[in-house]
Amino acid sequence: MGTKNVLWNCSKKAFTFGLIGLTVSDRYGSIAAVRGSSMSPTFNPDTRSLTDDYVLVEKFCLKNYKFSHGDVIVFSSPTNHKERHIKRIIGLPGDWIGIRHSSDVLRIPEGHCWVEGDNPASSMDSNTFGPVPLGLAAGRVTHVVWPPQRIGAVERRVPEERISSHLRDFH
Amino acid sequence: MAGQWRSVAKDAVDRLLVIAKFGCFLHVTTNYLCSSTLVHGPSMLPTLNLTGDVVIAEHVSHRLGKVSRGDLVLVRSPENPRKIVTKRIVGMEGDRVSFFLDSHGDRYRTAVVPKGHVWIQGDNVYASNDSRHFGPVPYGLIQGKVFFRVWPPDSFGPLGRD
Repeated sequence: MGTKNVLWNCSKKAFTFGLIGLTVSDRYGSIAAVRGSSMSPTFNPDTRSLTDDYVLVEKFCLKNYKFSHGDVIVFSSPTNHKERHIKRIIGLPGDWIGIRHSSDVLRIPEGHCWVEGDNPASSMDSNTFGPVPLGLAAGRVTHVVWPPQRIGAVERRVPEERISSHLRDFH
Repeated sequence: MAGQWRSVAKDAVDRLLVIAKFGCFLHVTTNYLCSSTLVHGPSMLPTLNLTGDVVIAEHVSHRLGKVSRGDLVLVRSPENPRKIVTKRIVGMEGDRVSFFLDSHGDRYRTAVVPKGHVWIQGDNVYASNDSRHFGPVPYGLIQGKVFFRVWPPDSFGPLGRD
């Protein structure tokens, strides 16, 4: 009888903890691992190191889907909903973007954004799959939390050369 | 006196904890199991009324990849992420979809739904902003599958494929 009680209590605690954890990670923030070198040098700068960077993802931005240029976001891949990608927002609706390695210039449609990795050499980004609906965003990366020597905020960086040159062409 | 304050504080904390737990429970239920939504607008006539229906959507099958052609789904609009629209899935990835460009014309076009996308359309082809305008949408934008209508009372009952 005693062990049964203990088991019952334990499972109740685990269930409550799960509910709270799920809610917090959905609504406020969570920790995610960054795999691959597509965002180096911001994340995983050393490709030889075996450990991944861990980052803090905040979810408050999902209340009204307001993002700015240079934000690093987590979004589910448009081609495979089970995959999550971390990329930087280069363009927002209404911007004109020149596609890399091509002379085409594209206007970003309403409700979409243009995402690119910080490492142009190895990145699956909007240059391959086009603008991404903002509705796929699952959070905004604010801090690196692991490894300890690189703990710090992720700055909002807008690569000037990507967008302004084309803006100049158009004005 | 101090003991009394302590017990009052403990009481308050306990009560807050219960409320927080209830909030968490509510969040998980409405996000992972099922939730009720008020849908309105002309795009799903005659399946859903113009004036507004309360429907129940479940959030399990889209996570398991179990939605298929003919299902009514809640989709986060690709044009405005703050808006959720109700549409019917017409084509899954790899399907060939033919559609008329304008509602009374006879020009039509055929498109193949790319990988990881779905083709959604309103039942009312004359007044619906859907994949015919903005193209196929990523599967990740699907938020739930509508399966039951609770309001208005005379059309209470299961919804879904026809």
